[in-house]
Amino acid sequence: MTVGGAGQLGSLGALASRDTPAARLDARVKVLATLAFVAVVASFGRHDLLRLAPLALFPLVLAALGDVPLRALLRPLALAAPFALGVAAFEPLLDRAPAFTVGGVAISGGAVGMATILAKFALSLSAALLLVATTGFDHVCVALRRLGAPRALVAQLLLTHRYLFVLAAEAGRSLRAHALRAPGRRRPTLRVAGTMLGALLVRALARAERIHAAMKCRGFEGELPLVRRGRPGRPDALFAAATAALLLVARAVDVPARLGAGLAGGLP
Amino acid sequence: MHMSDALLSPAVGGALWMVTAGAVAVSARRVERAPDARRVPLMGVLGAFVFAAQTVNFSIPGTGSSGHLMGGLLLAALLGPAAGFLVLASVVCVQALFFADGGLLALGANVLNMGAASCFVAYPLVFRPLAGAKPTGARLVVASTLGGVTSLVLGALGVVAQTTASGVSTLPAGPFLALLVPIHAVIGAVEGLATAALLRVLWRARPELAPASAPSRAARMFTVAIAAAAVLVAGLGARLASALPDGLEWSVARTAGAAPAEPAPVPLPAVAGVGITLAAVALLFALLRALRRRARGA
Repeated sequence: MTVGGAGQLGSLGALASRDTPAARLDARVKVLATLAFVAVVASFGRHDLLRLAPLALFPLVLAALGDVPLRALLRPLALAAPFALGVAAFEPLLDRAPAFTVGGVAISGGAVGMATILAKFALSLSAALLLVATTGFDHVCVALRRLGAPRALVAQLLLTHRYLFVLAAEAGRSLRAHALRAPGRRRPTLRVAGTMLGALLVRALARAERIHAAMKCRGFEGELPLVRRGRPGRPDALFAAATAALLLVARAVDVPARLGAGLAGGLP
Repeated sequence: MHMSDALLSPAVGGALWMVTAGAVAVSARRVERAPDARRVPLMGVLGAFVFAAQTVNFSIPGTGSSGHLMGGLLLAALLGPAAGFLVLASVVCVQALFFADGGLLALGANVLNMGAASCFVAYPLVFRPLAGAKPTGARLVVASTLGGVTSLVLGALGVVAQTTASGVSTLPAGPFLALLVPIHAVIGAVEGLATAALLRVLWRARPELAPASAPSRAARMFTVAIAAAAVLVAGLGARLASALPDGLEWSVARTAGAAPAEPAPVPLPAVAGVGITLAAVALLFALLRALRRRARGA
C-alpha cells in the first residue's frame, strides 16, 4: 500500500455521498447482494471462463446506477493485481495439456485456468469496491450492525476508517521530513523507521486521548450512536429480485452456450 | 499475502467466514465485557495507525528490497489478543473494501491468516512467554522476531492450505509451500524487528503502557479452541468441496493428467454466446449511463 493508495480511498467513499439510484438502495440489501454475488462467482470451476460472462451484468449495472466512473474501479484493481497474477501465472506452466483446439491451434487447460482466475478476480473485487462507492462506508457499517455484527466491531470499523486519512497524512509528512533530511536515501532504514513510526504511534495515542475527551464532551458512554434510516422499499425489492434472478440463472443455465446454440439454430 | 477471492471455493471461503465470525463474536464479547470507554477511540486510532504505518516502506538490511509493518503482533502487544484481533479484523475489512486486497469471500480466510495467527497464536504462545513480564533490550528483540516469524509462517501455511483445499488453482501444495514459507519467514523476522523497535520507542516515551500481567489460562484455552476450530472446519470444508461436482471434476482432471484426454474443439457457439452476452451487457450499461446523464442534466 502506498500513500497514493490512501488518497484514493477518500475519493471512492466520496462517490457514495451523491444522490444516485444506487445510493438510495437500502445498504443491507446491497451488502447481502454483494456477498451472494461474490459467492456465486467463486462457485464456478477452473475452466468455466465462458460461463462467467453473464455475471458482468451485476457490477456494470451497479456502476451505471451509481454514476461510478470505471476509472475509479480500475485503479485499485490494477494496484491489487500482482498477487492474483502471481498465482494465476503458474497455471499455464503447470497444466500444459491441451484442453481446446481452435483452427488446429491448441489452447492449454492452464491458459483457460489463468484467464478464469483473472476474470473471477476482476468480478469479485469490483463488486466489493462498488459496494463502497455506491453505499459509503458509514452506511455499510450501520447495515452490518443491523444485520447482527457485534457493536465493538462496528465501532472499530467506523473509527479506523475515520482516522485513516488523518494518520496517513501524518505518516506522509514524516516521510517528507525524512526525504528532506536524507536526500541521498530513497527509504528510511529499519532503525530510522522504528523511531519515525514510534513517534507516530506516541502521537496517535495522544490523539486517541484527545478524541476520547472530545467524545465524552458530546455524551459518549461506550456506544457509538448510529443513525438507522428507513426500511427496504420497492426499489430495494426490485434490486434484490433482479440480483437473485441473475445469480440463479447464471448458476443454473449455461447462458453463453444456450445463446450460441440458439444463434446457430437460427442461421440457415 | 492476502488470500484472494479468485483462489477460494465457496465451501472453504464460507467455512472460514463462520470461524472468523465466531472468533470476532467472542472477541467482541470480551472487549464489551470489560467496558472501558477510553478503549473505543484508542482501538480505532490504532487501527488507523496500522494503515498509516504500512505507508512507511523501509529498506530491509542486506537486500535491495523494502518492507512495511503488518501490525498484528504490535496490536496484540498493545491491546491484548481479543482487542488486537478485533482491530486487525477491521483493518483487513477496510483493506478488502477499499483497496481490493483479498476480497469479500476471502475476508474470513484473511482475518484468520493475519489476525488469529498473530493475536491468538504468536502473541500468547511465543511472544509473551519469551518476552516475560518486563521485556527489555535483547529479550524484546528475540521475542518479537520469533513472534513475527511464527505469525507470518502460520499465515503462509493458511494461504497454502486454503488454496489447496479450494482446488481453484492447479498449484500443488508442496512447491507452493516451498515458495511461500521461506519468504514469509524473512518477512516475519523483519516484522518482528520493526515491532520491537516500535515497542521500545513507545515504552520509553510512555512507560505506563508497558504490560503488567501475564495472559490468563482462559485466554490460552481460547487460543487452542480457535486453532482447533479452524483446522476442523477447513478440513470439513475441503471434504465438502471435494464431494461437490466442481471439486470432483478437478481431482479427476488432475489424476487423469498423466494420460491427457483428447482436447475438445473450442465450443464456438458458446464463444459466440459470450460475445452476445457481453455485447448485451455493454449495451445495457451504455443505455443506463445515458439515462443517468440525462437525469443529471435535467
